Amino acid sequence: MTQDQLVVDKIKAAYPDAIEEVVDFRGERTLIVQPDKLKAICYILRNNTDCQYDFLSDIVGDDYLPEFPRFAVSYHLYSIPKNHRLRLRVWVEDPDEGPETVGPVWPIATWLEMEVYDLMGIRFQGNGSLRRLFLPEDWQGHPLRKDYPLGYEEVQFSFNWQEIDAKKPYAKD
Amino acid sequence: MGIEQKLGNMGVVTHRLEDVVNWGRTNAMWPLLFGLACCAIEMMGSQASHYDASRFGMELNRPSPRQADLMIVAGRVSRKMAPVVRRLYDQMPEPKWVIAMGDCASCGGIFNNYAIVQGVDEIVPVDVYVAGCPPRPEALINGIMTLHEKVRGEKLTKYA
Repeated sequence: MTQDQLVVDKIKAAYPDAIEEVVDFRGERTLIVQPDKLKAICYILRNNTDCQYDFLSDIVGDDYLPEFPRFAVSYHLYSIPKNHRLRLRVWVEDPDEGPETVGPVWPIATWLEMEVYDLMGIRFQGNGSLRRLFLPEDWQGHPLRKDYPLGYEEVQFSFNWQEIDAKKPYAKD
Repeated sequence: MGIEQKLGNMGVVTHRLEDVVNWGRTNAMWPLLFGLACCAIEMMGSQASHYDASRFGMELNRPSPRQADLMIVAGRVSRKMAPVVRRLYDQMPEPKWVIAMGDCASCGGIFNNYAIVQGVDEIVPVDVYVAGCPPRPEALINGIMTLHEKVRGEKLTKYA
């Protein structure tokens, strides 16, 4: 039995309805799971001797703006003893009530969730240290959301030099 | 060489004070030691033995802004970094000059987005812009020579 199938069986043995969908793409397996079962699944994946996903490499937030649910969060897991990668994915309907934190399972999740909150604005339930990580503390909004303005500045050419120059905020001495 | 011929018998040289002060300022212009991105590598290259910026009296990068005369903004300045750069500039004693090195520091370069300051002239007054991505050490040295020319023409009353 491959490791991919073993993982699905282990989760199904504990929570038969937790896995909503199994996606395989170019040899990588993604499990779309129910948000309320996420933390329990993570405990199984870390503690079970057949899984041993002891390394959470990354947490990623996605924005599918016109669709509902709009946000998704991916958890990229890696098992060092088994040399196997797995991706968990949950859909987020309301970014203010995001998925439960997996900080108790992998402590690094606290920081990775902070990054997702900073740039995507998804509040992870139970993570007490959600604050600005990369952006300045007084930043408004979450810039990696699709409805956030890109902040482009109009490019200055010779034909519109004066116009741009008048708008540009030059520093005082 | 040169000065002995001007000395004459009395051992005295007469010159305009302004020129002497500006000569002193151009030939010991110490840059502030900081680099923000890839341009800093070229800045290091221009100060290393191959291009040798110490020919112009600026081999000494001061890690403290209180001892520096010249700020070379080498690289892109993010909005989070901008207050820090401005604070460093404010801590430098007068007279002080700023070179915006590279496209990112001059106008934002390829980073035309929310996170990068679109030209460091929004936060500090810039004397010389050096184009290039990144500029070669020759280009930076040319920018420094341009700044020297500007400083040679300065009036003492500017700082009086």
